[in-house]
Amino acid sequence: MKLSSSVFALLCLMCEIVSIALFLRGFFPVPVKSSFSDKSKVTDFPAEPQTGSGPNSSKAPVPLFKRVVIVLIDALREDFVFGSDGRRFMPYTRHVVERGSSHSFIAKARPPTVTMPRIKALTTGSIPGFIDVVMNLNSPALLEDNLIWQAKSAGKRIIFYGDDTWVRLFPKHFMEHDGTTSFFVSDYTEVDNNVTRHLDGTLKRDDWDILILHYLGLDHIGHISGPHSSLIGPKLMEMDDIIKKIHASLVSKESEGTLPNLLVLCGDHGMSETGSHGGSSEPEINTPLVLISPAFRRKAGFDEPGVLEQVDLTPTLALGLGLPISKNSVGHLIPAVFEELSLREQLRLLQINGHQLSRLLQDSNPTFHKEDGYEQFRVAEKSHGSWMQLYVDGNTSEVLNNMGKKVLKQYLEALKAMSSALSKQLGKYDMYSMIMGMIFTLQVLFLLLLAMPEALSREAVVDVPLASSLLSLPFYLLCLFGSALHVLLCTSAGGPCYLCSLPWVLVFSVILLSSAFTCALVSMVARRMPTSNKTPTKGSDWTLSELDVLLLIGTVGHTLSLASSSFIEEEHQTWYFLLNTLCLAIFQDVCRKYFKEQRHGDEEDKGPLLPSGAEEGPSFFPAVELGMSPGSEKWLALATPLLTLTCCRLLRSLNQTGVQWAHLPDFGHWLFSGDHKAFLSLLAAVSLVLIFLLVQRHCSLVSKIALALGLLGVYSYRAAVGNVLFPWQHSSRAVSKGTVEARFVYVFVLGILFTGVKDLLRSQVMSSAGDSGRLKSRGLWEVYSGVVLLVALLFRAHNLPTLACCLLIQTVMAQFIWKKLHYDAAQTTIMHYWFGQAFFYFQGNSNNIGTVDISVGFVGLESYVEAPAIFLTALSTYAGPLLWACHLLCFLSSQRDRAVMGLGHGSYCFALLRSIPAVFYVVLVTGLRYHLFIWSVFSPKLLYEAMHTLINTAVCLFFTFMDQERSARP
Amino acid sequence: MMWDVEIRGMASAHAIVASSIFMATVMPAVFVENFSVYGSHMVWLYCVAGSVAVVNITVFWLLGISPPTKKNTLSYKLNRLFRSCLYFLLSCLFFHTVVVLYGAPLLESALETFSLAVLLSTLTTLRCLCVLGPNVQAWIRVFSRDGAMSVWDTSLQITTGCSVIGAWLGAFPIPLDWDRPWQVWPISCTLGATTGFLTGLLAAPVWIHWHRKQLTYKLK
Repeated sequence: MKLSSSVFALLCLMCEIVSIALFLRGFFPVPVKSSFSDKSKVTDFPAEPQTGSGPNSSKAPVPLFKRVVIVLIDALREDFVFGSDGRRFMPYTRHVVERGSSHSFIAKARPPTVTMPRIKALTTGSIPGFIDVVMNLNSPALLEDNLIWQAKSAGKRIIFYGDDTWVRLFPKHFMEHDGTTSFFVSDYTEVDNNVTRHLDGTLKRDDWDILILHYLGLDHIGHISGPHSSLIGPKLMEMDDIIKKIHASLVSKESEGTLPNLLVLCGDHGMSETGSHGGSSEPEINTPLVLISPAFRRKAGFDEPGVLEQVDLTPTLALGLGLPISKNSVGHLIPAVFEELSLREQLRLLQINGHQLSRLLQDSNPTFHKEDGYEQFRVAEKSHGSWMQLYVDGNTSEVLNNMGKKVLKQYLEALKAMSSALSKQLGKYDMYSMIMGMIFTLQVLFLLLLAMPEALSREAVVDVPLASSLLSLPFYLLCLFGSALHVLLCTSAGGPCYLCSLPWVLVFSVILLSSAFTCALVSMVARRMPTSNKTPTKGSDWTLSELDVLLLIGTVGHTLSLASSSFIEEEHQTWYFLLNTLCLAIFQDVCRKYFKEQRHGDEEDKGPLLPSGAEEGPSFFPAVELGMSPGSEKWLALATPLLTLTCCRLLRSLNQTGVQWAHLPDFGHWLFSGDHKAFLSLLAAVSLVLIFLLVQRHCSLVSKIALALGLLGVYSYRAAVGNVLFPWQHSSRAVSKGTVEARFVYVFVLGILFTGVKDLLRSQVMSSAGDSGRLKSRGLWEVYSGVVLLVALLFRAHNLPTLACCLLIQTVMAQFIWKKLHYDAAQTTIMHYWFGQAFFYFQGNSNNIGTVDISVGFVGLESYVEAPAIFLTALSTYAGPLLWACHLLCFLSSQRDRAVMGLGHGSYCFALLRSIPAVFYVVLVTGLRYHLFIWSVFSPKLLYEAMHTLINTAVCLFFTFMDQERSARP
Repeated sequence: MMWDVEIRGMASAHAIVASSIFMATVMPAVFVENFSVYGSHMVWLYCVAGSVAVVNITVFWLLGISPPTKKNTLSYKLNRLFRSCLYFLLSCLFFHTVVVLYGAPLLESALETFSLAVLLSTLTTLRCLCVLGPNVQAWIRVFSRDGAMSVWDTSLQITTGCSVIGAWLGAFPIPLDWDRPWQVWPISCTLGATTGFLTGLLAAPVWIHWHRKQLTYKLK
């Protein structure tokens, strides 16, 4: 089967996307769940040992608290309460923590430190899988057994105010609720006032048992300006006042004879040094947990808070309220909370918790007998029994007390061991799906690599021997073998397996495809063999220039660097470093070209030492486009790499990303801090003008006007949102969502895209080849400028210089380097890819989920609409790589006279450049699946890789489309 | 036969330079208290740079490798000396700029960055100045493809390339989170450059010896 390079690349990428999706399905484990779908009931409680089998033996323990108020402050990190910030801004809370009747802990949140998984963790007590992040944006109702359901079915009346994620998770669970949406990150006062305004009324009333308040303001401040912003202090004071108010009201309601009340202050996750969250750095996972109740002993002084897991709160609250612990809870109760109870009651509670954990362990782990915790629990239960025997007999000696203490310790150890064993279970992978996905991606990669000589040949046609392999005997044998293996794997006892649950037809086609690939691969290898044997000297006459060596080393080196978690966290450094070296290498090439007689060196370091009086000796001058003299062109060409280097250095200090140096102050934060609004406005305006000047060159008049108006619209949108100022507007206007302005820009984006597409279509029916070519490249450029305008709208104001620099570099490089130095399509593609990667990080992205700017999904929308929000977020996150890919398309198709098959080569190189790291990473992650950082570092990167491959597939589709058009025309 | 003599001469010259680096690492411990390569890195760096500079100049002066001067007047010699110093300074500034472009902080630890630039200049530019003199045309000739006209030119190519590549490779461990003393800026890069230089010193005679059949130098 003969395919052109671009179609071949596209098909390969599509297969890869499918197989990566299969891999992801197997990789992200389904959380530990007990196999029974029903929920815990009071009757599930184990009988207290040695009390006979009377009706009272398995009754629920008496509740410890009458009412519970849970104040959950989003992104409250541990040092906001226990650190110096706490002492300054939360004086009342600190006083209670240090002197009052309270317990304070540092609760460790598990990554992903994103709100919805944390809420699920707090209510169900289980640890939600990583994939919950992806589902974070639309949270359907929580069906698992959870604390809220248990409370409701026990007749407790629950009131909720705050983040409406709760309302969506627990529909109809609350007696009264008022949800606030959390997506308008720029608003940090209204969201909290919405909660607080209900407080006075509710506290006066007596008709509720549980009050949950979820404050979002602090999180929003973090997203806007980080944990050291001046806004944090007032917000913490506000929170402190609220705690004071609630505590005072609870104390005033306390009366003799009734049970005490409980006030819980906690955070769902912390905040990193840049103010985002999602990862697993210490400040992100350490949250404070303060329990305040008259039931606790009054403290004498502040001692270091103990460390526990966030999920430990769930069983503690459940037992404190006399409710059954939810089924999938993996936490163990906090002993300090119950230390005022009698020994018998304490042991009883521990027994209940242990019983629940051991049930869960039995359910989720077939080899539960071998777990230490399970054995310890059996032993502890036995000694509990003998202790009860003595207790019931009326023994009250010191011996009994000591023995009870010992049982308590045994229980606690058993609980801890079972809890950690359960947490470990989360690392269970669906290996079958993973390996199938991996084999698939590897096959595609080998196919791509084997086809390299053909795909990059002058004809750019790849001959895939698919038809012949479909008729061969090995193919049928492989199919048979694959099916047999599938049946064997699915029938043998194993964990849950995605592939086994698929319909038979689908699985069979997967097996068919895989076998066909294998056969095609083998026959392609066979075809290559004789040629490689015959011409061993082929390598010597195919010399590599220094630039080729650099491009090769860079690609391979970057791929290998993915094996290290630090290099993933700091991947931007790799790209910046490679890009710099690339620019220096280009500089050397330029020098070599323009100083032909006195060519200078292998070494970059001799550059500026060139004599200024170098003789004019270039023998070749391409047509001068911009009306410059040959001499000035030479100097401009020499200046281009230096300009690029300077731009890159400046952009690098605009957004600090990564992990190690992310806390360093960067220019972007300085601009955004509010005091420098005028400067930011000026910078944004200059950038927009520059963008206009650079993009309008190749557009038609209509598009030029539309572009100018659109860019004006972008500025007025930023002004409406409150990021920038109009020069005539001095008093700060009321901040709006800017919906009208954004929609105004959208209209122009659509208009420009429409003009571009129209030109492209018209070029199809043109008779003269020259006109059609001109029209086509104009159409492509217009599509490109439409994308630029859209990106300009979506980028934050301080990122507009990034966009302007991107366009500037593209223009000068295309003008003076790529056109003049005769780089072939493959080299140009690799350079574009590198630039795209570097710009991905220049705009502030990192390999951490936390840096994805979801607020982009709301530009020009009144409320959350899933499809456009996801599209816009993806577009703005991958704006850098996308713009460079678009530019490559425009550039290659305008160079048709030189590189005939430029587009085909380009799209093939694009597919290969993406496949190599993606496939390597898939294999790597499989190998490192028990690595310590698998959830915090490697899996976010895996999601990024998958998403990037998807984006690349879309770009390749466009490439193929353009290439087909050309090949259709003679 | 003339080959062997030249190669042997170069090998011994390189051995002397290499041993001077070794001495610069060991000797300061006698004079400076608490001397260590990591702890008092700047002292080590300038010791190495100084000793390499002194030994290079002496060796090349004694061997008489430097190009013959056309005029022998004092003022001409002073002019050459002045120009050499200027070129050295320019190359320091150039290396500093490149390192900053590579992402070194602009203001803080500027001294460390500049010291790295000085070391790199010593390892590369100074040798060029010794062998070729302050003659840019000659430099360009040596560093263009197939421009070497003597074994010393080839050795210059190899050592310069190795030093720069060594410094380049030395930057890679910096992002790793191992918290080792040698990851502190600019230690890994200076160590990389020095290691690269030593490798170059070793590799140059070996490589020339190995390729002596292929190497055909044009006569001056």
